[in-house]
Amino acid sequence: MSLPHLADPAGRYRTMRLIRSFEELALEWVRSGLVVGGTHPYIGQEAVAVGVCAALDPADQLTSTHRGHGHVLAKGADPGRLLAELLGRVGGLNGGRGGSMHAADFSLGILGANGIVGAGAPIAVGAAWAARRRGEPTVLASFFGDGALNQGVLLESLNLASIWRAPVVFVCENNGYATTLPAASAVGGSACGRAAAFGIPAETVDGMDVEAVRAAAERAVERARSGGGPSFLECLTYRFEAHHTMERRFRLSYRTAEEVASWRERDPLAAQPPGAAAIDLEVAELLSSAAGFALASAEPDPATATDHLYASGLRPRSGAAL
Amino acid sequence: MTLLSYAKAMNRALADALEADPAVCVFGEDVGAGLAGLTLGLQQRFGAERVVDVPLSEQAFTSAGIGAALNGMRPVIELQIPSLLFLVFEQLANQAHKFSLMTGGQARVPLTVVVPGSGSRSGWAGQHSDHPYGLFAHVGIKTLAPATPTDAYGLLSSAIRDDDPVVLFAPAGALGVREDVTAPLVPVPIGTARTVRRGTDVTVVAVGHLVHQAVAVAEELAGEVSVEVLDPRTLYPLDRAALVESLGRTGRLVVADDSNRFAGFAAEVLAVAAEECRLLAPPRRVTRPDGAVLPFAPTLDRAVQPSAGQLRDAIRAALK
Ligand SMILES: Cc1ncc(C[n+]2csc(CCOP(=O)(O)OP(=O)(O)O)c2C)c(N)n1
Ligand SMILES: [Mg+2]
Repeated sequence: MSLPHLADPAGRYRTMRLIRSFEELALEWVRSGLVVGGTHPYIGQEAVAVGVCAALDPADQLTSTHRGHGHVLAKGADPGRLLAELLGRVGGLNGGRGGSMHAADFSLGILGANGIVGAGAPIAVGAAWAARRRGEPTVLASFFGDGALNQGVLLESLNLASIWRAPVVFVCENNGYATTLPAASAVGGSACGRAAAFGIPAETVDGMDVEAVRAAAERAVERARSGGGPSFLECLTYRFEAHHTMERRFRLSYRTAEEVASWRERDPLAAQPPGAAAIDLEVAELLSSAAGFALASAEPDPATATDHLYASGLRPRSGAAL
Repeated sequence: MTLLSYAKAMNRALADALEADPAVCVFGEDVGAGLAGLTLGLQQRFGAERVVDVPLSEQAFTSAGIGAALNGMRPVIELQIPSLLFLVFEQLANQAHKFSLMTGGQARVPLTVVVPGSGSRSGWAGQHSDHPYGLFAHVGIKTLAPATPTDAYGLLSSAIRDDDPVVLFAPAGALGVREDVTAPLVPVPIGTARTVRRGTDVTVVAVGHLVHQAVAVAEELAGEVSVEVLDPRTLYPLDRAALVESLGRTGRLVVADDSNRFAGFAAEVLAVAAEECRLLAPPRRVTRPDGAVLPFAPTLDRAVQPSAGQLRDAIRAALK
């Protein structure tokens, strides 16, 4: 009972194309000023989100990162509502309260992108622990970057998941850099070595190959679901775009044009299934109606700025004079 | 007559919550052994899957509590030392507290954090003696500081049932308090103050264990001045109506707050009084010094904590 939209190669290609086109549109909207605050583009890494989510069931859950659009779309979130969220509109996934870095759709098991590097991993461990306690077969996929490998809380989380045998698949998207810092000079030992040290089965996968990622993720999900505990996947990938859209203005030189070009040759979207052209067209139409939905969605009423601050309904004191 | 201790009251509140709701669980260090008293006997009664001994990974197990809360649990996190709150400030202030708003109301995080033994514990020195409730109140996390066994039971019960994150400080100075409890123990609503002692000349707002000190000083000064003692019980959200009502009658204010002075809880009480009341005299507060670090030597430790003598002086000053 895997996610129906990722059940076959055409569906996986379609979703990777959707993410790619979504991100290109988002870049355009950042450039034109429609989206404020910018985004962390997922372009180049699509095979990781899609390959991992292809191994998940609809009731499975995930935690995501600052670079979260790909994960959110791959799990099945509505692109129109994600676009509306980037615009800060009431029709957004979070009603315009979260924006790019906090997009969530709890109805689909998307427990949120997260603005703090490494923060999602322990949340995933606790969510997995709770699901198992409640007798649910839920598996948690926790995405994070190579930069998160140096967050203490992530290492604590690997240990906690291991001793609890929590049904979690840790997905390290090693795109070579934490902003401008090369992973090669920042990670002592290796990503998989860190997981192995906690007794967690770990493997390195070609993150540009959606089928390779899916195969590894299926092994990991099966292990988690059958009570075998957590797994760790290091997906070797690359972001083709800037770390964050504001970087485009700086023309940073932490990586060479040749390096970017060599990875672009391995574009996960290069391998096209039969009928790809028709799929591309279909995705373009889907996105244009998604954009229409987002642009038509209303701006939130300023009087609602503190709505939802407390789940219990407590209203905070106003910041203005009495 | 059965005397109920503060620690036993919290233990009973937790046991009742575990009994009443299968979603309630406990994460903490040495909770199986019940080292801090809070969980004594509970792992034997409810099992190690519900009263969970966790490794020394405060950040991970606090966030795991958030994750469990997102999936329908009502976790209670026990922290052995008040200063561990600094370690998990990210998890509480930046994650747990923000999920509801940031997700547009999709998520709720019913997480309770309990510090059994906050503030000075005599001889535990600089890194074990803080009382950082003001930080959590400032952030907007529901912050509780019960002074009595009855309120410890009532507020812990309410915290666990609340749909938002709550931090409960059980001051070390109150843990020894025992009460002759005749009425049944019931939840105490969050955000409600208690008038501990009626008076007409001056309102003393006292926090946590200082409530008992305030009552003692009030009795001592009874021939000289009529002191009202107000226990906010919940520091955030503050029961401003109770404060304003009391000050409307007394017109004078003293705050006793065992935490750092600058931008502390007492400062907020003074601000509310200044904004919403007409005081007859400048308000006073008795607190720790600005930026206090508790020194080890008992005489020094006591020297930076609010004392009965300082409170007496402050009350007299407020009468001028
Ligand atoms: C704990 C923390 N430190 C610093 C930052 C600022 N920051 C945002 S993204 C980022 C780099 C993250 O790198 P990585 O984990 O490899 O993910 P990537 O951006 O490559 O997807 C940094 C330093 C942050 N958000 N959180
Ligand atoms: Mg990276």
